[in-house]
Amino acid sequence: MQLSRDDLKRAYRSMFTIRTFEERVVKEFAQGNIPGFAHVYLGQEASGVGVCFDLSNDDYIGSTHRGHGHCIAKGCDVHGMMLEIMGKEGGLCGGKGGSMHIADMSKGMLGANAIVGGSPPIAVGAALTQKLKGTGKVAVAFSGDGASNQGTTFEALNMAVVLKVPAIFVFENNGYGEHTASSYAVGGPSIVERAKSFGMPGEVVDGSDFFAVREAMGRALERGRANEGPYALEIVCSRFTGHFVGDPQAYRLPEEVAKAKANDPIPRFRNAVTEAALLEHADLDAIEQEVLAEVEDAVQVGMAANRPSLSTLEKDVYVRY
Amino acid sequence: MAKKSYRQAINDALRQEMRRDPNVIVLGEDVAGGHGASGETGGVGGVFGLTGGLYKEFGPTRVLDTPISESAIIGAASGAAVTGMRPVAEIMFVDFVGVCFDQIYNQAAKFRYMFGGKAKTPMVIRTAIGAGFRGGAQHSQTLHPLFTMVPGLKVVMPANPYDAKGLLISAIRDDDPVIFMESKVLYDMEGEVPDEAYRIPFGEANIVREGKDLTFVAFGAMVPRALAVANTLAAEGISVEVIDPRTTSPLDEDTILESVAKTGRLVVIDESPPRCGLAADISSLVADKGFRSLKAPIGKVTCPHTPVPFAPNLEDEFMPNPRRIEEAARAVLAYS
Ligand SMILES: Cc1ncc(C[n+]2csc(CCOP(=O)(O)OP(=O)(O)O)c2C)c(N)n1
Ligand SMILES: [Mg+2]
Repeated sequence: MQLSRDDLKRAYRSMFTIRTFEERVVKEFAQGNIPGFAHVYLGQEASGVGVCFDLSNDDYIGSTHRGHGHCIAKGCDVHGMMLEIMGKEGGLCGGKGGSMHIADMSKGMLGANAIVGGSPPIAVGAALTQKLKGTGKVAVAFSGDGASNQGTTFEALNMAVVLKVPAIFVFENNGYGEHTASSYAVGGPSIVERAKSFGMPGEVVDGSDFFAVREAMGRALERGRANEGPYALEIVCSRFTGHFVGDPQAYRLPEEVAKAKANDPIPRFRNAVTEAALLEHADLDAIEQEVLAEVEDAVQVGMAANRPSLSTLEKDVYVRY
Repeated sequence: MAKKSYRQAINDALRQEMRRDPNVIVLGEDVAGGHGASGETGGVGGVFGLTGGLYKEFGPTRVLDTPISESAIIGAASGAAVTGMRPVAEIMFVDFVGVCFDQIYNQAAKFRYMFGGKAKTPMVIRTAIGAGFRGGAQHSQTLHPLFTMVPGLKVVMPANPYDAKGLLISAIRDDDPVIFMESKVLYDMEGEVPDEAYRIPFGEANIVREGKDLTFVAFGAMVPRALAVANTLAAEGISVEVIDPRTTSPLDEDTILESVAKTGRLVVIDESPPRCGLAADISSLVADKGFRSLKAPIGKVTCPHTPVPFAPNLEDEFMPNPRRIEEAARAVLAYS
């Protein structure tokens, strides 16, 4: 599948939006403008964008506690996200969800998820709907390497095979679950081998290469859209920051982080498309300016917005009660 | 006596019990931290720092970092407990019991009874509870009723550093499974804590403040809040007795009933939901066994029947806050 110039611009815009958004989250968090805690997606942009690039609003994704990037890649509104993360009126979830629960049903975004291993079983169900209704759509579960050790994940992998549903299990292996390396916590040869042992195809992908991720996802999608069953991707990537904003990271040497940053997916994309003369630097620079302005505006709007009305506290527990 | 934080008090108890008894082990996610990483191993000591320094002193055989696998953590703790160890397992946030509840309530809690009294399961599950941390719906719950209703479990809710240490030592030495619920908003609370080991027995309430006009019963992080309102009311000459049961199972019924016999008026302050929660439980106790003492309907201050909201103003209103406690107190006092 050849990408048009517009496609390439869309990919860059999406990755750069995530980068800019997350850098602002770090800054606004440090200044006390974001309550609670925040887990940012810096360094993993090519993964989320590559996976979501060919999904429509009717394909579903379930995300993780590190969900901002997945939301942006799936098309969630940046202003609505910033309002939500700041706990303000007009946020995508009315300020009731926060960073770890951003969801947008209209975009097929089934929520960030603060329970590690929360999304894989939900994705099996969302995929079941697609199968039963014959939509040709798929459901993706994003999980980390850490989440690959959760029982819910094992159960979901197996059940997706048994029910033969179009679920795609995306394991973003960023090397760490919190402060513990995946080399310690994940037994066996690899995460993808685990998934394969349940009877689904899968592959390992270089997560700093947008093109490689998108192509691998293309194979998963082909199978899913044809209703042939689940697929697993182990996307190897790097977490440029700590587990949460403010993590001192004494367990990680600065050289390791520096090495990861040398393989930054965003300049890598820029180099690839400019060297192949698919886009000019100027095209990308223009996108960056627009994105910077958009995120700045989202922050300003977020700061100026009101807290949700107290009258919403007991609303929406049920549809009817 | 030394001043210590609630966090240090818990760390003290763990360390002293590990020194005393080689069967005491600690397991959970990042209780040491840094395994397999390029930097320092064992320097994290839990995301809230409760197990800090234990890895350095006791090493990897007694401070075990686990994968993110709560069912296996709790199952392994109960399996080790029933065969001779004294594990202290950490479930980082109580909300995560959702993925491992079977191992708690069908397994650990029931071994002794199902096996005809032939098994002992001396384990502790330490877990952080409560809202006020802006953690959102899946990191902020106060789920003690869920455990309190399970026969076979003991449930502990320390409300200050002194109690945290003494109750944790009792929990570790107890031969039954104990759920030790740490209020995360209290981790930095300071108080007098003896250096030496001491025990606080289960089922003995703490009368935090004596009074004669009204009884407050409060749990965990609600105790300091209730006390603050009691002090406000004292300035108006209203004398409130504040009772902290300290353990919800076993429950010190006598102290509560004696207090209500004296004051005739009761407000229960609890952060769990209103339905089937501790406020409902204590109210039922007093309606049942203290009916003749009551001069007014029982006041209940709980969170509403909703998940925990994220936005700070919604969360502050969600929690039993001083305004809501005071309003309930005045309503109960005004009744005649
Ligand atoms: C059931 C459950 N256990 C533990 C946690 C605490 N926790 C939050 S994120 C995290 C690490 C997850 O690691 P991984 O799946 O690799 O995702 P990453 O943070 O690397 O994106 C842990 C242990 C949780 N939120 N839910
Ligand atoms: Mg990870």
